[in-house]
Amino acid sequence: MSAVTPIDLPVDAEQKKVLARGERRAETGFAKGAKRRLTSRGATIAALVIAILWTIPTFGLFVSSFRPANEVRTTGWWTIFSNFGLTIDNYVTVLGSGNSQLTLADAFINSIAITLPATAIPLVIASLAAYAFAWMNFRGKNVLFIGVFALQIVPIQMALVPLLQLFSRGEIFGFPVIAALGQSGYAQVWIAHSIFALPLAIFLLHNFIAEIPGEVIEAARVDGAGHGQIFFRIVLPLTMPAIASFAIFQFLWVWNDLLVALIFADGAVAPMTKLLAEITGSRGQDWHLLTAGAFISILVPLIVFFSLQRYFVRGLLAGSTKG
Amino acid sequence: MSTFLLWLSTLPALAQVPIIIAAFVALVGVLIFFIEIAPRRGRVYTILRLAACVLIPLLILAALESYTIAIIAAGVLGVLFFWLDYRSSEGAGYLFQLVGFLAPAIVLLIIGLVVPTIQTTIQAFLNARGDTFVGLDNFVWIFTQPQAVRTVLNTIVWVLIAPVVSTIAGLAYAVFIDKSRGEKYFKILVFMPMAISFVGASIIWRFVYTARPAGEQQIGLLNQIIVLFGGQPVTFLAVDPWNTIALIVVLIWVQTGFAMVVLSAAIKGVPAEQMEAAELDGTNAWQRFINVTVPGIRSSLVVVLTTISIASLKVFDIVRTMTAGANNTSVIANEMYTQFKNFEQGRSAAFAVVLFLLVLPIVVYNARQIKKQREIR
Repeated sequence: MSAVTPIDLPVDAEQKKVLARGERRAETGFAKGAKRRLTSRGATIAALVIAILWTIPTFGLFVSSFRPANEVRTTGWWTIFSNFGLTIDNYVTVLGSGNSQLTLADAFINSIAITLPATAIPLVIASLAAYAFAWMNFRGKNVLFIGVFALQIVPIQMALVPLLQLFSRGEIFGFPVIAALGQSGYAQVWIAHSIFALPLAIFLLHNFIAEIPGEVIEAARVDGAGHGQIFFRIVLPLTMPAIASFAIFQFLWVWNDLLVALIFADGAVAPMTKLLAEITGSRGQDWHLLTAGAFISILVPLIVFFSLQRYFVRGLLAGSTKG
Repeated sequence: MSTFLLWLSTLPALAQVPIIIAAFVALVGVLIFFIEIAPRRGRVYTILRLAACVLIPLLILAALESYTIAIIAAGVLGVLFFWLDYRSSEGAGYLFQLVGFLAPAIVLLIIGLVVPTIQTTIQAFLNARGDTFVGLDNFVWIFTQPQAVRTVLNTIVWVLIAPVVSTIAGLAYAVFIDKSRGEKYFKILVFMPMAISFVGASIIWRFVYTARPAGEQQIGLLNQIIVLFGGQPVTFLAVDPWNTIALIVVLIWVQTGFAMVVLSAAIKGVPAEQMEAAELDGTNAWQRFINVTVPGIRSSLVVVLTTISIASLKVFDIVRTMTAGANNTSVIANEMYTQFKNFEQGRSAAFAVVLFLLVLPIVVYNARQIKKQREIR
């Protein structure tokens, strides 16, 4: 099984520079003219229009979240300059509001507490399995691997209810198998997210790990390294880019998830998405609160996105141009 | 384990994070330790391996608190490891190592995905309480109730519109900004919605769509524009066939950035020589785009269309947050959750099965596509 190493794809800044340089050198006469016509003024204007269209909704939300409640309710955010006034009251209010069990500030903490373990745990388990699939020989390896890949077909909706029964009553098919988890905080959400992340994580990490040159592994084996040592000393460091990108992916996915949270995180452990959805349902017209609340929930992913954008895009390409 | 987790849940939220991760890492450390010593020869290591065959069942006992499983595990482990490793051509302890690497993932996948899928499929043929076999009743209910039929049709509308529009928009944008000045910033602007949760995106768009009675000042951007041109304010999320489109726009808004990033990378991979050759043949920009660029990025197009199709089949958060399925906007994933909340487990499971059947062909097609590419290479 060979696969494109997403590191090679021309996406990160360095690669892009190299590519641009190489192409500029290769372009002569015709090609240069073609390029110029392709990026004509019309195209640039069209791009600009799309970019503005795509940004305005978020921008409107951002502006609104800082306007006084009464202004938000009665005037559009684009009138900000004719009736100027900014406040952070909305943020203070919304952080304190919520349902009977927790406030949005608590839910923010919950989101963090859910997201970090739910990112770390599946990555470790998946990289162990990916190593075995890539560098250990056993009968039925390919069949098993295809089986794991095929599990991506299963929509998580299929697994939610039985998994909930397993957690709350410890039963599979009605037979008691494990001790019920009961009211044990975040455990259900952690386990559920870890399981749902596994098929894709194993598949992507396997593609990376299998690309490591066989000579490197052989050399280590000749020097007397066992599988454990090879995994730690060679495979893990070389797979770091893939692990980083998938970690960002998983982080955003868990942070932004609503469905798993609705089923597995009830009451006092609910994350922010769940509380926000609740507030939207019950107080749909309190725009000053909704805009501020939404912006708080967007904040962490945006920080992650802007600071680690390079790796994030790389991870996307790893997931999409697999093959 | 449940005792540990119960104790853990009494701690402050953020204190739980390092503790659970530390406990998990310690567990993995023990696992790696046994993996590492498994293949070594000598009496000490044999004793250690034997110890592992006692220790691992004990750990299982602690984790699951079920004696039956622990005893079965001890028996299976002891016999399997030593008999098979004795005969293994890969050397002593090999099977031991293999199980160490694979077991955590495989066990979790079986418990969390394989068994539940079977259970849900069976559930779909049972009644609401899950104790009587009712045959195809749940599916008959789905395809005879106008409301439920509408739900399935809506899902199909989603999967027909959202992937195509966002792929075309993403492709157009990727072509427009290709090699233009400030390409990086152009990309960030459109890609940004990817980082925003569907719940956040829903709130953003509810604000854009919001309507106020005619005569009052509008606060929703779209209605302001309509009023500006002399129209009457429209309640976008209430008018029947169009409210689904209004929801689809949100998904398109989120997914276009994804399509754009992937297709942009693919466009850069189209060989410059082919473009030059086409140029020499006297083609114009549009002909080159259709005849050179599009065939060159075909596989990426398939991947993008597939990914967004699956996302739109499973769409839940947007519908839940914006309308909760009111005014004929419900989709399968949302209806499944609603039925589950109404204690109609059979119908809920039936919806899940329908969703599974809709996703199935798309993924199978994609898997075959990947296989074909591998054969070419």
